[in-house]
Amino acid sequence: MPDHNPPPILSVRDLNVRFGKNSIAAVSNVSFDLRQERIGIVGESGSGKSTTGRAIMRLLPPSAHIEASQMDFCGSPLLDKSERQMGGLRGKDIALIMQDPRYSLNPVLNIGRQVAEAARLHLGLSRTAALETARAMLERVRITDPVRVMKLYPHQISGGMGQRVMIAMMLLAKPKLVIADEPTSALDVSVRRDVLVLLDELIRENNSGLILISHDIRMVAAFCERILVMYAGRVVESLTRLDDAQHPYTRGLIAALPDPRNPVDRLKVLDRATLETAQ
Amino acid sequence: MIKVEHLDVVYGHKENRNYVVRDVSFSVAKGETLGIVGESGCGKSTVLRSLAGIEQGWTGSIEMDGHPIGKSRSRDELKLSQMVFQDPYGSLHPRHRIGTALAEPIHAMGLGDGWSNVPTALKQVGLPEIFASRFPHELSGGQRQRVAIARALTLSPQILLLDEPTSALDVSIQAEILNLLCDLRDERGLTFVLVSHDLAVIAHMCDRVLVMQNGGFVDELSKNDLRAGTTHADYSRQLFETSFL
Ligand SMILES: Nc1ncnc2c1ncn2[C@@H]1O[C@H](COP(=O)(O)OP(=O)(O)O)[C@@H](O)[C@H]1O
Ligand SMILES: Nc1ncnc2c1ncn2[C@@H]1O[C@H](COP(=O)(O)OP(=O)(O)O)[C@@H](O)[C@H]1O
Ligand SMILES: [Mg+2]
Ligand SMILES: [Mg+2]
Repeated sequence: MPDHNPPPILSVRDLNVRFGKNSIAAVSNVSFDLRQERIGIVGESGSGKSTTGRAIMRLLPPSAHIEASQMDFCGSPLLDKSERQMGGLRGKDIALIMQDPRYSLNPVLNIGRQVAEAARLHLGLSRTAALETARAMLERVRITDPVRVMKLYPHQISGGMGQRVMIAMMLLAKPKLVIADEPTSALDVSVRRDVLVLLDELIRENNSGLILISHDIRMVAAFCERILVMYAGRVVESLTRLDDAQHPYTRGLIAALPDPRNPVDRLKVLDRATLETAQ
Repeated sequence: MIKVEHLDVVYGHKENRNYVVRDVSFSVAKGETLGIVGESGCGKSTVLRSLAGIEQGWTGSIEMDGHPIGKSRSRDELKLSQMVFQDPYGSLHPRHRIGTALAEPIHAMGLGDGWSNVPTALKQVGLPEIFASRFPHELSGGQRQRVAIARALTLSPQILLLDEPTSALDVSIQAEILNLLCDLRDERGLTFVLVSHDLAVIAHMCDRVLVMQNGGFVDELSKNDLRAGTTHADYSRQLFETSFL
């Protein structure tokens, strides 16, 4: 490839995270580049997915030691930034969507005010214009009665509605990088697809990059162009199709999933002893 | 083994009356595994809790093992069925050791102190005996669910009522727990009612599946239906489509 390509949105090399004096690293030597694409990070709980996402956002607690030979956002090193500079990036250029959006929203502001606030901040709109834009954005994320929803507080809305509100705010902020950590895990299956479709629209419209973190390997494989499989803090495999999986861990995870189209009497279980010696 | 007719559960009064379960009828044969699938809030847990005797505000009729069952249960009726929940923390006292949790049902029934039963109870779910002296927080999620299953089995019930038993677990641990449940079912001829929002889990485990929406059943699927993806109602078709992206 010619080298006049723009730098990747995110470039991570040898990311290591350790908590306190814990001798076991939560994240070990994770490296990847993200361009205008959707990358999935999958693995079991405790494999280091969220820690990776939070390290990029610089949102880990002070007990976390983060090291990386490179962690660049649009060509500029994230680890060199001051807390103030990071604060300026978060929510604007880099956005995080979490499992329960109701915790990411401000509990004392109604939905209308929060979305209008984003419109004022990112589009420089007046108060009335911002409220009208907020209504339009909520409609855009297919909330059917935006006027009613704008008056509600975060605890009064469902999880699916909360994710729509988060996505509406991001359509205003146009972040270059979106990190979505189990964004659909708390939602009903029928709502999951809607939220993924909206997330997809957001990413494509803004030419952003997405890191989709999930334990649901099938969902990630269906939604992302590339999958990083994490096991015990390491990326053991990078895939474009599940069928190409070679690593015994990835294959074990896929085999453990019940599949109605291929019924079996007993499900395969992971051979952890073998995996651990292989590590 | 189980026969339910015209089961209604209503919360609230007068104009706030909310039918959580509406005119539900079904039966489960001995040794059969019946699945109930549907989205959160549709009333699945309420049906199970009515069967288990935890929910008492129901009307209609419930029969188990050929006998009509009332709202408050006799000891024998309580021994007939046991429930396993999604979050074993809910059924395990955080400050009681695992051994205590496993001895308690026998003790509570006045059948002895229950301690002699603990090693076998642990063994049958694949846990080492030394776990008896541990506390729930010292176990992994999958191990805690094994303890909850062991505890549900202590009074040798014929029926297990399983409410999202693997929804909080990783898929590999889920596979271990589902295999354990199948083994126990086959060894003891247990009858299961399994509730889940996960159609793949339901399809793997069940002989027959009822699809629930807004408090009522809208479809019934056989094992062959599940395999072929055949549905008989719009709602179950949607559920199929969204479950396997
Ligand atoms: N704040 C923290 N303090 C100490 N250990 C932590 C903290 N956050 C995560 N860990 C540990 O780091 C490892 C990876 O966790 P996490 O990134 O949350 O995994 P995942 O998101 O894949 O489930 C786990 O062993 C977890 O216990
Ligand atoms: N004790 C209660 N009082 C009032 N409403 C309840 C109570 N328990 C459950 N509900 C309501 O009943 C409906 C069905 O709940 P549930 O049986 O838990 O559904 P599911 O298990 O399918 O998610 C829900 O709308 C819930 O809010
Ligand atoms: Mg996580
Ligand atoms: Mg429930």
